Amino acid sequence: MPRREDLETILLIGSGPIVIGQACEFDYSGTQACRALRDEGYRVVLINSNPATIMTDPSSADETYLEPLTVESCRRVIEIERPQALLPTLGGQTALNLARDLALAGILDEMGVELIGANLEAIERAEDRERFQALMLEQEIGVPRGGFARTVEEAVNVVAITGYPVIVRPAYTLGGAGGGVATSEEEFLDLAAGGLRASPIGEILVEESVIGWKEFELEVMRDRADNCVVVCSIENLDPMGVHTGDSITVAPQQTLSDREYQTMRDTAFKVIRAVGVETGGSNIQFAVDPNTGRQLVIEMNPRVSRSSALASKATGFPIAKIAARLAVGYTLDEIPNDITGVTPASFEPSIDYVVAKLPRFDFVKFPGANRRLTTAMKSVGETMAIGRTFGEAIQKGLRGLETGADGAFDPAMAALADDALAERVETPSAERLFEVVEALRRGWPVDRLRVATGIDPWFLYQLERLAQAEAEASAGAPSGATAADAMRSLKVAGFSDSHLGRLWGRTEADVRALRESLTVERGFKVVDTCAGEFEARTPYFYSSYDPGNEARPLAGPKIMILGGGPNRIGQGIEFDYCCVQAALALRHAGHRVIMVNCNPETVSTDYDVSDRLYFEPLTIEDVEAIVAHEKPDGVLVQYGGQTPLKLAIPLHRGGVPIVGTAPDAIDRCEDRDRFSSLLASLEIPQARAGFARTAAEARSEASRIGYPVLLRPSYVLGGRGMIVIRDADELEHALEESLRISGAHPLLVDEFLENAVEYDVDAIGDGERVVIGGIMQHVEGAGIHSGDSTCWLPPRDADPDVLATLADYTRRIGLALPVRGLMNVQYAVRGRVVYALEVNPRASRTVPFVSKTVGVPLARLGALVMVGGRLDDLGLTEDPVPLAVAVKAPALPFAKFPGVDPILGPEMRSTGEVIGLAADPDEAFRKAMLGVGVDLREALAGDVLLCLAEEDREAGSRIAAALLKIGARVTATAATREALERRRVSVRAVEREVDPAGPVRRGDFSLVVSTARGREASEEDVAIRRAALWAGVPCLTAIEAADAAVAAVEAAAAGLEVRSLQRWEARARC
Amino acid sequence: MSPLCGDFFLPMSGVLRARLALEDGWTAIGRSVGAAGTTGGECVFNTCLSGYQEVLTDPSYAGQIVVMTYPLIGNYGIVEGDGESDGPQVAGYVMRECVRNPSNWQAGETLPDWLAEHGIVAVEGIDTRELTLHLRNQGALRGVVTTEALDAAEAVARARAVPPMQGRDLTGEVTVAVSRVEGRGELTVAACDFGLKQNIVRELADAGCRVVRLPATATADEVLDLRPDGLFCSNGPGDPAAAAAGIETLRRLSREAPDLPTFGICLGHQILAHAHGGTTYKLKFGHHGGNHPVQDLRTGRIDITSHNHGFAVREERVGGKRVVAGAPELEITHVNLYDGTVEGFRHVERPLFAVQYHPEAAPGPHDARHHFNAFVDAMRARRSVDA
Ligand SMILES: Nc1ncnc2c1ncn2[C@@H]1O[C@H](COP(=O)(O)OP(=O)(O)O)[C@@H](O)[C@H]1O
Ligand SMILES: Nc1ncnc2c1ncn2[C@@H]1O[C@H](COP(=O)(O)OP(=O)(O)O)[C@@H](O)[C@H]1O
Ligand SMILES: [Mg+2]
Ligand SMILES: [Mg+2]
Repeated sequence: MPRREDLETILLIGSGPIVIGQACEFDYSGTQACRALRDEGYRVVLINSNPATIMTDPSSADETYLEPLTVESCRRVIEIERPQALLPTLGGQTALNLARDLALAGILDEMGVELIGANLEAIERAEDRERFQALMLEQEIGVPRGGFARTVEEAVNVVAITGYPVIVRPAYTLGGAGGGVATSEEEFLDLAAGGLRASPIGEILVEESVIGWKEFELEVMRDRADNCVVVCSIENLDPMGVHTGDSITVAPQQTLSDREYQTMRDTAFKVIRAVGVETGGSNIQFAVDPNTGRQLVIEMNPRVSRSSALASKATGFPIAKIAARLAVGYTLDEIPNDITGVTPASFEPSIDYVVAKLPRFDFVKFPGANRRLTTAMKSVGETMAIGRTFGEAIQKGLRGLETGADGAFDPAMAALADDALAERVETPSAERLFEVVEALRRGWPVDRLRVATGIDPWFLYQLERLAQAEAEASAGAPSGATAADAMRSLKVAGFSDSHLGRLWGRTEADVRALRESLTVERGFKVVDTCAGEFEARTPYFYSSYDPGNEARPLAGPKIMILGGGPNRIGQGIEFDYCCVQAALALRHAGHRVIMVNCNPETVSTDYDVSDRLYFEPLTIEDVEAIVAHEKPDGVLVQYGGQTPLKLAIPLHRGGVPIVGTAPDAIDRCEDRDRFSSLLASLEIPQARAGFARTAAEARSEASRIGYPVLLRPSYVLGGRGMIVIRDADELEHALEESLRISGAHPLLVDEFLENAVEYDVDAIGDGERVVIGGIMQHVEGAGIHSGDSTCWLPPRDADPDVLATLADYTRRIGLALPVRGLMNVQYAVRGRVVYALEVNPRASRTVPFVSKTVGVPLARLGALVMVGGRLDDLGLTEDPVPLAVAVKAPALPFAKFPGVDPILGPEMRSTGEVIGLAADPDEAFRKAMLGVGVDLREALAGDVLLCLAEEDREAGSRIAAALLKIGARVTATAATREALERRRVSVRAVEREVDPAGPVRRGDFSLVVSTARGREASEEDVAIRRAALWAGVPCLTAIEAADAAVAAVEAAAAGLEVRSLQRWEARARC
Repeated sequence: MSPLCGDFFLPMSGVLRARLALEDGWTAIGRSVGAAGTTGGECVFNTCLSGYQEVLTDPSYAGQIVVMTYPLIGNYGIVEGDGESDGPQVAGYVMRECVRNPSNWQAGETLPDWLAEHGIVAVEGIDTRELTLHLRNQGALRGVVTTEALDAAEAVARARAVPPMQGRDLTGEVTVAVSRVEGRGELTVAACDFGLKQNIVRELADAGCRVVRLPATATADEVLDLRPDGLFCSNGPGDPAAAAAGIETLRRLSREAPDLPTFGICLGHQILAHAHGGTTYKLKFGHHGGNHPVQDLRTGRIDITSHNHGFAVREERVGGKRVVAGAPELEITHVNLYDGTVEGFRHVERPLFAVQYHPEAAPGPHDARHHFNAFVDAMRARRSVDA
């Protein structure tokens, strides 16, 4: 069937801020969909509140609304744009739920908007776990026994059938949020209550546990003519009970016989047909009993998912792009397979390699959080690796994670006593694979580990062989006649040079030299969707130590871009945005572009973004191999965050041409000593600073500098381990831990600039000129990580002289280094003194936010400058003016880590961000808050609880007064109340109870303001914040944020206007 | 010549090496799995991800050395009852890695043990992707796998001595010696066994048929003596044009029992074409896999199908209609969306139809199972007419 002619404008909903369970895979799917639909000649209207995405670059859609993802703003967008159709299946759970709400609110019918891809019926049949289960039973498809509950009482009744352990799964949630396993009544009551709250429709599925069964996923596509194909099968190494998003997974499935696999495939088709997903991709999860092969369906997602991004990268079959075209009427056979160009998309990819996906966790940032992996997802990112053997894939993947491992072997594990190890392997955790490998090294039988872990023996045997190979290797570096074979064998198994170096007491470089002398070098193979049956036109490569090499080096002037690797807190989608922008700009300017990255969720790893894609880990060994093969004219390391930046010096030493800001200039910013002398030479104030390697040094440095001080381990990202120390005995408390995190590196002791306002400046320089892209004023004071703070662009209330100074200092630094490309400087301003906190000689987290707000593609221009362009020639000579007022607000993952104190500090914890874009700062602020799910009007119209730190009570009294004026009921904890009363603001006293947080838990409040940090924070403070988190009550932890919130509600008009980026630009131009 | 592939899970020193050599001089050394010795055949690649056991036991692979493109073969061992015949049928087997520690609740023997036990000469540690690209570009080539200490030149010479597939009738090597009845049901199917896959018998039996397997040399009279409700022409190895006996039998049956419901699969489909005056030709490297899209020209519906054939039926257009070249009464019903080749035809006025691919799957998707129902319906329809 051909393209639908009755459609003209199609509305696409994005997935909003990056949160755990919903990361940049939906930027990938959304971006593909935008491109596919526009190529088909449709007008695409996009709404997404996430400014860091590639899909919200003004060039992606015809009208781009950076607006909160609420029914209200969608209604306005629909009224303005009048789309004929809404495609809800490419923006994750967020888009699907929002589309459902729009339909139920009657807005779609009223405006004549058709849901394409999946209609309301299909969405509800799949997402409403009760209807889904009923449907499965009706189709005689096996599902775990269980029942549904809308109250805790109902839930308890179901347990009577299932018994313990029991699984709770909320409806319409994502990443298993609010779900879990209960092994006892009391655990269950808590879990059930939480699950009911988590589900937007207040419904949970309570079901029989099949923990320990094998878990599989099938990625299925269906078209209007009812043709169905399985794009990819995925097998989880971690059995049922660990969320697929937290599991190590492999593709294709390994342990099902063809007969079993075909049965699963038949069931998958039965499911997608019964649910009635008309067109597009769906993800279906299965549990398989390892003892009988019995198959149960766990769930189906009637949309593209994290796994479909993985499946696309694992096979080369672009699910989202094809789903978009199916949604507008095409059938699979009408769509060509881009990779072969000659065959149609109506087929099932065959692959001739092994794919491993590994989750990336950031538990270290959430002390107190339970690290056990369960049915609720906790990972913040993932990496994928491709190899010709399982060992190669898994070990590549583990190095790609950048968690310090250079393979499947963690030397630290050797220290574990046997019984400690035995205990550890039984608990699913981020480290379990290393523990299992260690156990195998110790010769523990596979069967013992199967029982302890539930991991299928197939994986254990494969890992056991790695352990054996390592044992043999430890005998010493290969020599003699069989040296080459022996070396090749180890490389085929995926052992890294650094790991082998460790075994042989040599450096990584020595091993590389030895390897090359034995001519054991890697070749590159093509990902072609067809296992070589047809010629591939798409240049998508992975490395292997098999003899064949299919990558003839690219001809012509070529630039290699190093991506950012797996998402982690502090380094995420923003950097992928920059890498993709660079690729597009450079290609446009006539360069050939080679992309290297290992994050399957990203747009940068979409094979048609660059001229050539190498899907490889971003370690020096892997990158050097590609460089040696391609010999690029330049390597771009400043756009992927710290990951590639760390490689700048080693690559440079290896004689690799680094484009843009010189490696030495980079080092001048990264190296603390050189950095402070740079600032000194430029007469730019900086916080007093010192180093300490021992506790004694720390004490003396601290007293020399004067309290409060800021402790920070050096060479860490996202403010890892940074804490504010107010006095000597606070120092004592913190020292040990801080010195430990710092490890070999010195501990940095900085003067903590109190009551300072923080600014972020993004700029671009070409050596002759520095143009300020944007100056952002943080809402929260210095001391809260720039990544976690809310900020204004342009600054809301800054002294013009200060702004002038910020610009002046930034120019000085930019010219002195000199910066060729992008730079970011962070400042703390006290009174009129402007202190420089740090300089990032690279693209920063805020580049996409700034670019969109000022309407200048900074990342693109930066890339052109890096390859020799001049700003004058690029027409960027003036500091751009923002098109509107923008507010950036963070999305914080605390809800996923119960037990953690959700207070902001110098260590970054947010996973994503939203933007609020408006004509005035207050409206912008309210929009940003809406974007992270807080309706300030509601929150401030209700009951507000104040529980303030000493130093905040002055400001607090003003805020309380203002709150009362706008009709809020204000309650305060004892000390705070006293302070307010003293200032003649009378508020209610919080009812004293055994549990001070009781009222908060009960949901008595619509907003909590709790600001006591550090040692000043009493148990009560922490309890109240945790309670707010538990009860889903918005909680502001910085007084400045409360201030801004009140102002926003006082000022702004009731309704919120929406306007597309394109219209903001048009408006600015005239 | 490509170097030895490293093999990581056992030291290469002290293991028996095996050499693969092709007629055009391409050769590689890996490690011997299975039996020692030398074996020759036509080298083809198969792109199935799972189903190695069904592939190994498919009689249509007689005379061929099968290269698996998926790098891990043997993951779930040998499963009782998943065989398509009594044992392996391939001439030789080539893998990237042969898995020694399978895992599956049904797993019996390991693949390497099973290969050894059945005397199959096989090799692992070969860069099967590089080899596959070579076969894709050069076309299927004659080759040998040998554990003898032959040098490259000697091995290549042996490969050139392997008889070419064209002109080879291999049905005699894989058919039943004497006729045999399998399954029971009220419909009797006379099955010309040119190398019949077990799952075809299962499908027919499940659909209520009593299947009489007849030797490839069975005559039309022997078929008719069974007073069958339907005639089935099976899959099988070799060059269809050379299957003289089968072609003759079917030619006579089409004359003497024109309205006998007839269904052919794979070689059976090709032989039926010949019996009606059609012709076949050799494909460059054939179709061997489980992911080929086949479209029914009448409905537009696409099935993802299981394939295993090196020859194809030639087509021509008569008055704009796609028919079997030389047999205008056979209209093309199915085509392969990969390369447009003929995948099925039907007789314009008789209850006769055939497909090139494998509706019985094993290995591969079940999408095309419906053909068996169609065959059974045709037989029932005929009965009600007679009655
Ligand atoms: N009945 C069950 N027994 C054991 N584990 C389960 C059960 N149901 C789900 N799980 C586990 O919980 C995880 C998340 O469940 P799922 O319904 O897929 O949540 P989500 O919708 O977030 O993907 C699954 O990946 C699986 O590992
Ligand atoms: N001397 C200081 N005084 C007050 N706050 C500081 C100081 N140094 C850093 N900070 C705070 O810590 C946060 C993180 O510090 P920064 O050097 O930017 O680490 P990162 O490299 O992780 O961005 C900053 O955003 C700022 O809020
Ligand atoms: Mg799931
Ligand atoms: Mg910073």
